[in-house]
Amino acid sequence: MQDKSFLKDMDLARLIIAAFFILLCVAAIALRLDFAELITSSLARIGMWGVLVLAMLPAIVSGIGPNFGVSLGIVCGLLGGLTALELAYRLEGIVAFSPGMLFFIAMVFSLPFALLVGVGYGWLLNRVKGSEMMIATYVGFSIVSIMKLAWVFLPFKNPEMAWPIGRGVRVQIALANRGMAQLLNNFLAFRIGEVVVPTGLLLTVALAIFLMWLFLRSRTGMAMSTAGSNPRFAEASGITVNRQRIIGTVLSTVLGAVGILIYSQSYGFLQLYEGPMFMPFVAVAAVLIGGASVKKATISHVIIGTVLFLGIQVVAVPVANAFTAEWSSMGEISRKIIQNGVILYALTQAGGE
Amino acid sequence: MAVEPVLRMKGISKSYYGTKVLDSVNLSIMPGEVHGIVGENGAGKSTLMNILFGMNVIHSTGGFEGSIEIAGQPVQIKSPLQAMALGIGMVHQEFMLLPNYSVTENIKLNREVLKPNLASRIFGPRLQSLDYDKMYADARKALKRLNIDIDEYATIAGLPVGYMQFTEIARELDKEHLRILVFDEPTAVLAESEAAHLLEAIKEIAAAGIAVLFITHRLNEIMEVCDNITVLRDGRHVVTKASKDTNVIELAELMVGRSMEFAGRKQHYSHKGRPILEIKQLTVDMPGERVRGVDLTAYEGEILGIGGLAGQGKIGIANGIMGLFPAAGDVKVAGTPLPLNNPSASIAAGLAFVSEDRRGVGLLLNSSIEVNIASGAMFGKKEFIKTWGPFSQVDQAAVRENAQKLIGELDIRCTGPRQLVRQLSGGNQQKVCIARALTMNPKILLVSEPTRGIDVGAKQLVLDTLRRLNEELGMTIVVTSSELAELRSICSRIAIITDGRVAGILKPDDSDVNFGLLMAGQPISKGA
Repeated sequence: MQDKSFLKDMDLARLIIAAFFILLCVAAIALRLDFAELITSSLARIGMWGVLVLAMLPAIVSGIGPNFGVSLGIVCGLLGGLTALELAYRLEGIVAFSPGMLFFIAMVFSLPFALLVGVGYGWLLNRVKGSEMMIATYVGFSIVSIMKLAWVFLPFKNPEMAWPIGRGVRVQIALANRGMAQLLNNFLAFRIGEVVVPTGLLLTVALAIFLMWLFLRSRTGMAMSTAGSNPRFAEASGITVNRQRIIGTVLSTVLGAVGILIYSQSYGFLQLYEGPMFMPFVAVAAVLIGGASVKKATISHVIIGTVLFLGIQVVAVPVANAFTAEWSSMGEISRKIIQNGVILYALTQAGGE
Repeated sequence: MAVEPVLRMKGISKSYYGTKVLDSVNLSIMPGEVHGIVGENGAGKSTLMNILFGMNVIHSTGGFEGSIEIAGQPVQIKSPLQAMALGIGMVHQEFMLLPNYSVTENIKLNREVLKPNLASRIFGPRLQSLDYDKMYADARKALKRLNIDIDEYATIAGLPVGYMQFTEIARELDKEHLRILVFDEPTAVLAESEAAHLLEAIKEIAAAGIAVLFITHRLNEIMEVCDNITVLRDGRHVVTKASKDTNVIELAELMVGRSMEFAGRKQHYSHKGRPILEIKQLTVDMPGERVRGVDLTAYEGEILGIGGLAGQGKIGIANGIMGLFPAAGDVKVAGTPLPLNNPSASIAAGLAFVSEDRRGVGLLLNSSIEVNIASGAMFGKKEFIKTWGPFSQVDQAAVRENAQKLIGELDIRCTGPRQLVRQLSGGNQQKVCIARALTMNPKILLVSEPTRGIDVGAKQLVLDTLRRLNEELGMTIVVTSSELAELRSICSRIAIITDGRVAGILKPDDSDVNFGLLMAGQPISKGA
């Protein structure tokens, strides 16, 4: 009985958001906005964020809750990206990397960082059981601030990344110079009428989701989700709960690192400094909107949430702009209101049983 | 009769969700009488007191039947506040004290003595100050009636538990209109000398004309202090006797009684296999169920029962052996020493556990039946997994097949192996727990409180299942249960745990007296 009303509540939350999305689409059509363009950018945005939202899954499943500290992984991914660009610069004339090769190298370089940081972060979260979300949020804020210093002092020499004067790397680093911008988006991309489908990007996301699906059905994956859903049951079954939580945290961090590189190639730039500050909130909001709670998440929650939340983001801004054309910054403001409102709404729904 | 009873409860009946927990209980107490109430766990003692106290749990579950009279006047007690106003006081089993307040402040809490000051003269009585001198004097007086030397200025935190108990009694005594004082197992946490002191205090209180209701498991205390004794069993009023007309042995017998049919019990439990589980000096630090040094051996192929009252430590034994709570001592499984505090080692040694905390430890409520059943073997024994080098995948087909087999064998009522466990009834959830343990193919099956929280029909099915496993597969089973009757219906031997130790090992057909005595902490030789 109790269980049914709980399910119904979650479904209601999703229904409301879905209805909101549809309402926005109807408004977009009524306002004669370029609908094909909206769909094109929705697809791109869904692909961009797919892996970052997927990073929430191992965190929730292993019991640490939505990973508000995925900025740690994001920073590792950025570090990998910078290292790859630096390598390309240092080896200029000796080895010429293809854009795809360079993208792969960026991912490979980000992995050791992500693994190491993930283990440490998992260790920390095991010591603050019960308040992971709060700690994670501030770990995320802290690392972004610490990395601001690092971006200034790390010994990167590549002039594409450096400020023209002074030291440190730029706020945004263009990937177009090395051919990495929209690398995945353009792979096998095709048009349906006016709509552009970023095939490579969507395939990459699909592959990541498939690998996660396989992992969750492995022995380790089963042990991890058991540890997350009932730690006392897990201990009684001989599972070391803390180790499973660390595995979940590492996976989430690694997906954050890979996810930011996929995001960046689509965006065309690596965003440093303030860039990663609020990215975790988007990922958290998306998975919660998809129907996950802070304790339970599935792959379908990730997919539904990514489509709904990022779809809303893409469509809502021009619709809001159409109503408030005279204020030019309204689009950004409305985007923030919608994003944070949705997070707030999702967290009230996710509060637990 | 010249004097009117101060309290009369007539025909009290109460059901929780269709289960009758009290059935026409009568109780009547004179002023100055000490009246004892005895019964096993679940006999209905607490429910009766909750009714007397107008606790919300009673009214939110549909109220009760019967009538209550205080000093001859029929009353409807709707809330604890009203009960207090009627002069009913209660000394709780768990202390209801504020640890950072002084003894006096706790005694006078919410009944503080006030004196006017400047602010209160201007702004009204809510701003009056506390008259500490008067309060200390009152507290002193109440403590004095108990003949105990507690510093009324001391803070509660850090006081010995006995002193906390006396503070709580003093608080009740300090109430001016106190007519009836209820003691709910007051000696459970006290040392022997403190308990003796408390019994003295109870006599003093009664001598002052206050009626005392005394609830306890300890029969000798009841015999010492009470004028009359009421025995409850399974919610029924068995008898009320003057204590001079009865004795400990008779009470023990009345308290335990035989409430279950013994049909089909194994007759030949004399044969013993080799020792398969040897426990020596086991201590387990399980809050509320502390084990203080248990020596116990289970023989291959038997069903060993572990019984005793709640809080005495019987639950801790299996939990300690399975590594779920910190344990120390020597445990051997089939002659091999078992490393303690390591659940994996216990599972690897061939032990499987059906926890008393079914919903907390025993099940993954939000997972399917098939996953629950397979999980023990999956994690403990790496079964139901296909591996390719470092990669592995769950063998869905094997998981499904195993679940379907056990659903059939144990008759688990469900829509199919994919149904979520949380949607099942208590009895069927218990069968899933058993199925999970069986899938691990254990040498020894440890089962705790197998019938807790499931309805009567399902109880019998679960017990039959255990017996069948024992008879058909020769499985050694150690059953821990608060329900003596069910232990007696399936076990070959029953160890009674009292105060964290084995008080004695009995056969199921031993007399009720012996069971009652062991559970009440009395040596058998004394009476029998």
